[in-house]
Amino acid sequence: MTNTLTMLEIDRVAKRYGDSLAVADVSFTISKGEFIALMGPSGCGKTTTLRMIAGLDEPTGGEIRLWGRRLNEDAPWKRNAPLVWQNYALFPFLSVRKNIEFGLKQRGMPIRQRREKAFEWMERLGIAAYADRGIDQLSGGQRQRVALARALALEPEMLLLDEPLSALDPHLRVRMQSELVRLHRDLGITFVCVTHSHSEAFAMANRVVLMNEGQVQQIGTPREIHRRAANRFVAEFVGGNNLLSGTAVDAGNGLMRVDGPFGSTLARAPTDRVLQTGAEVTLVIAADCIDMLPARSGTGNEIEARVLTLEFIGSAVTVFLETLGGAELRIQRPLHEIENSPLSPLSPGQTVIARWSEDEGYFLPA
Amino acid sequence: MNAHHLRRGALFLWTALLLAFIFAPIVSTIIFSFNADRFPSLPWAGFSVRWYEAVFADATILRGLINSLIVAGATAIVASFLGFAAAYVDYRYRFLGKVVYTALIALPPAVPVVILGIAMLTFEGRLGLSGTLTGVAVGHIVLAVPFAMALVRMRLADLDPDIERAAWNLGATPWAAVSGVVIPFCLPAILASIFLTAAVSFDEFMIAWFVSGVNETLPVRVLAMLQGQVSPKINAIGAIVFVVSMSLVVIAQVLIGNRADRSSKRT
Repeated sequence: MTNTLTMLEIDRVAKRYGDSLAVADVSFTISKGEFIALMGPSGCGKTTTLRMIAGLDEPTGGEIRLWGRRLNEDAPWKRNAPLVWQNYALFPFLSVRKNIEFGLKQRGMPIRQRREKAFEWMERLGIAAYADRGIDQLSGGQRQRVALARALALEPEMLLLDEPLSALDPHLRVRMQSELVRLHRDLGITFVCVTHSHSEAFAMANRVVLMNEGQVQQIGTPREIHRRAANRFVAEFVGGNNLLSGTAVDAGNGLMRVDGPFGSTLARAPTDRVLQTGAEVTLVIAADCIDMLPARSGTGNEIEARVLTLEFIGSAVTVFLETLGGAELRIQRPLHEIENSPLSPLSPGQTVIARWSEDEGYFLPA
Repeated sequence: MNAHHLRRGALFLWTALLLAFIFAPIVSTIIFSFNADRFPSLPWAGFSVRWYEAVFADATILRGLINSLIVAGATAIVASFLGFAAAYVDYRYRFLGKVVYTALIALPPAVPVVILGIAMLTFEGRLGLSGTLTGVAVGHIVLAVPFAMALVRMRLADLDPDIERAAWNLGATPWAAVSGVVIPFCLPAILASIFLTAAVSFDEFMIAWFVSGVNETLPVRVLAMLQGQVSPKINAIGAIVFVVSMSLVVIAQVLIGNRADRSSKRT
């Protein structure tokens, strides 16, 4: 981050609808120029939080501040925080051009300037050819671009996006994803994007706010969240992690032994708390941190296991193993590595050694 | 196969009879309005437009026609405006007693018109409105607003609430969002409502009869004429009223139909 000015503060914000609490107590800050992803399963309060930033919902507790000024009571039309809606919410009776001009017209921009500006954005997003078409004559991807152009034409300092890719087909989604990243880089404005997909959030955002049941679970860079989940929910939600339950045994030297159905493994003892010998613990090892070897090498944690199944996901392969004790391990390796390994061809039933170093695993708070 | 044909034939005949039963009086009115003979009877005495000439030469009928048009125009505009406003409140807000609110607005056509007429007469008498065209228009507006509201409500049911919020989000004040988004979206329904409420008013007899006094509308004038003598002019007036009303209703239907077409294509 080149600029770490705090732009938007979400300070202990809550939103109650009757008896249900959509957002319980959420705090985080957004710096100028950041690409923030609000991520979580449906119903976690991420969209409500976004709508409160836009002013479409009023918080029932806490404060939202923009550049230090309380924003809670500002009407939505007084905030310059255009939203790209999940269903686009384009005006069906207006042409593409008039949709994009709408916000500028509200500001009283003269018609000629408005046209020019709308045209600029249509060019930039590659929709100038459809300027005079109606919305119902556009494909999903084209509508998405109109929605983006309509919001960006206002030249806001902050763009809000509500599940911007969810209505697109997978191929288009990936293209739009990199296009959003490029737009963000070129414009230098703040993007706040709601998504339920960790791959989308990780691919686009500088920082991710992971929410569940109306509360923030973890805030961090995609890498931090992927490598050090703050709790069990995060470790499971982002996927690609092995969660091993076992019993802790102090091994000395800053190491902790964990015994379980997978056998016995060593990991660095947490520095932020003391684990008693005999405590029930959960050890997390990311699937991409585990190697597969044909024989023991004598270093790190090594567990003998049998291959259950293989899943090809393009350039990577997910291998499911079963340890002798009956625990399941998931491993993710590049396809090219699997193909060139001495284990190749890998097939179900084969016995391998799963290996990872003591530094790779970490403990979750109970 | 044969039985199937027979059934189809019988159904066709039945439908034709039914339509004939409904439309025969209207068709005969229109036909005899062009009959040269004074009495609407056969044999045909020859084609003539003399009864139409007589209608347009009769100052009282003309006065009635003009009064009807004024009242229908005023009713159409005011009722459509109020109908839109009522439908929008129903669409946009949630409040205690909303069901009662919509039921009350939808109520007037369910009240027997005789009762509405008497009520209008006594109430407007106190306000000094009875016997005026304004008084007739007020009565017709009460009767027509539910139709306008129903038409606009149908249209608003298709309006994604996020569309109006998107307008706010882009800097439109609530007023600007209504005039720039909600009204343009509802325009087909509002136009349909203007034609339909005009038709409701143009045809309405009972309230007008109670309230109009000396400012007779066309239907009231026709009854007054029928009480005096049976003139073939009645047939000519009937034909004119039929054509005007049907045109209004057909235009309203076309406007609603376009909407249905477009929304079905969208999905």
